Amino acid sequence: MIGRDLLGIEDLERADIERILDTAEHMVEIGEREVKKVPTLRGRTIVNLFFEASTRTRASFEIAGKRLSADVVNFSPSSSSMKKAESILDTARTLDAMEPDAVVVRHAVAGVPKRIADVLGAPVINAGDGAHEHPTQALLDCFTVRREKGRIDGLTVAIVGDILHSRVARSDIYAFSKLGAEVRVAAPPPMIPLGIEALGVKSYTSLREALDGADVVMALRIQSERLTGAYFPSTREYSATFGIDRAKLRFAKDDAIVMHPGPVNRGVELSHDLADHRPSVILDQVRNGVALRMAVLYLFAGRPGGARRARVNVSAGELAS
Amino acid sequence: MKTSHGEGSAAKSIARGTDEGLHEAVSPGDSHASRILLDDAGIRRSLMRIAHEMVERVEHPSRLYLVAIPNGGIPLARQLAQNLREIADLVVPVGVLDTTLYRDDLLTTGERPALRRTEMPSAVDDHVVVLVDDVVKTGRTIRAAMDALMDFGRPQAVQVVGLVDRGHRELPIKLDYVGKNVPTHPSEQVRLQSQAGGPADALEVVVVSRADEERRAAR
Repeated sequence: MIGRDLLGIEDLERADIERILDTAEHMVEIGEREVKKVPTLRGRTIVNLFFEASTRTRASFEIAGKRLSADVVNFSPSSSSMKKAESILDTARTLDAMEPDAVVVRHAVAGVPKRIADVLGAPVINAGDGAHEHPTQALLDCFTVRREKGRIDGLTVAIVGDILHSRVARSDIYAFSKLGAEVRVAAPPPMIPLGIEALGVKSYTSLREALDGADVVMALRIQSERLTGAYFPSTREYSATFGIDRAKLRFAKDDAIVMHPGPVNRGVELSHDLADHRPSVILDQVRNGVALRMAVLYLFAGRPGGARRARVNVSAGELAS
Repeated sequence: MKTSHGEGSAAKSIARGTDEGLHEAVSPGDSHASRILLDDAGIRRSLMRIAHEMVERVEHPSRLYLVAIPNGGIPLARQLAQNLREIADLVVPVGVLDTTLYRDDLLTTGERPALRRTEMPSAVDDHVVVLVDDVVKTGRTIRAAMDALMDFGRPQAVQVVGLVDRGHRELPIKLDYVGKNVPTHPSEQVRLQSQAGGPADALEVVVVSRADEERRAAR
């Protein structure tokens, strides 16, 4: 069953993913109440440890934690002062000594949440590491599709954009594939990682072919901050070829939905009109994100043994001195 | 939860409950149970008597609001609602309230329990809310249910129905309506299930001793 940490979708079984989605289903109802709070994690502390800037994901975790009555502490060390791996682990250990019940980690370098998890007593939840994984985003994407379509098994999901640099794409590929969907990726050739087919996806350089018969069209953000080389001639050309608008959406199924992990570059990967209106479900993704993260915190936070392990370490240190 | 729901939504909730059938609500019957505490006819008789008691005791029966504690409370609350309609022409709202997130043992048990649905069709304010549970023992579930209920408003009063009262209370909770008082050993399991080999909507309350449970697990 579900392990101690949530580091990536790659480590999860299909049953684990379904359990998280089923739990989130019940969390939705709490968000619809007048009093949007249950006492489940009362007296528990959740630390948001964000080494990389984030407003949406951090706010989503914060609201999720607070709806479960946890105390949520935001900790955002500036990346510039934390360049050495040792200092990252030192920071993590310092926080761990305060005995949090879960630490939510985001870092620009892939693998940092795993390194932190190795030294921490508390469960670690990956909120995005480099171009590696962003598991809760993929889970909320699956959750949104399941609520929209009633199922995921047998659907066709087309992910369009910078697959190479996208942790969301990787996590989505794992998640949707494990739940039985056919996953396609479409992008200019330099943005498709070599050997992506090994993950069980089909890759396309023609948007039209990729969208043919698709139930879900997922547009990824063109992340200029991560694009150091020349991956496409110009934003305008990218938009003309791979930007999703109503005309291109006609290649997909009539009832296809459009998703985007946000924030949208309007007029680049998504037309202005689609960014705001059906069939895009971008705001539903945000809403569902809170319920999904409540489910993740419910299932992962405050595992017995976590805090105790940290306490043992402290007393061992005292004995040594 | 908006306040302006009338009898329409209550009726809808009952109808929806009927559609779901009992199999989803309670676990299927197990012929290995050691003894039957209440058979289907006994349950129906108890629920009819309890419905009469409610109408008699509650000052304004039109303010009744039944809230089932899943899973066992769901078919019982539905039957109570039907009885109230038959004997007093009352259409009462029927809600479902999962108590899991309000439990006091969540952080001491390892694996997190699965959540169940919560569905409150209308506001509880100024209603006489009657919590309906199948088997009451320690009283901890009822405590959790009362806390959960308060998050939905301010009922005029809260009462409790237990189809079976086992005793062994660990909190100062007393039942207002009891189907049957049954002295049991704390280690025994008492549960409501669909009647083994019976018609689809037939229920029974059975006692399963620990030995039975072990035998079943070994099978």
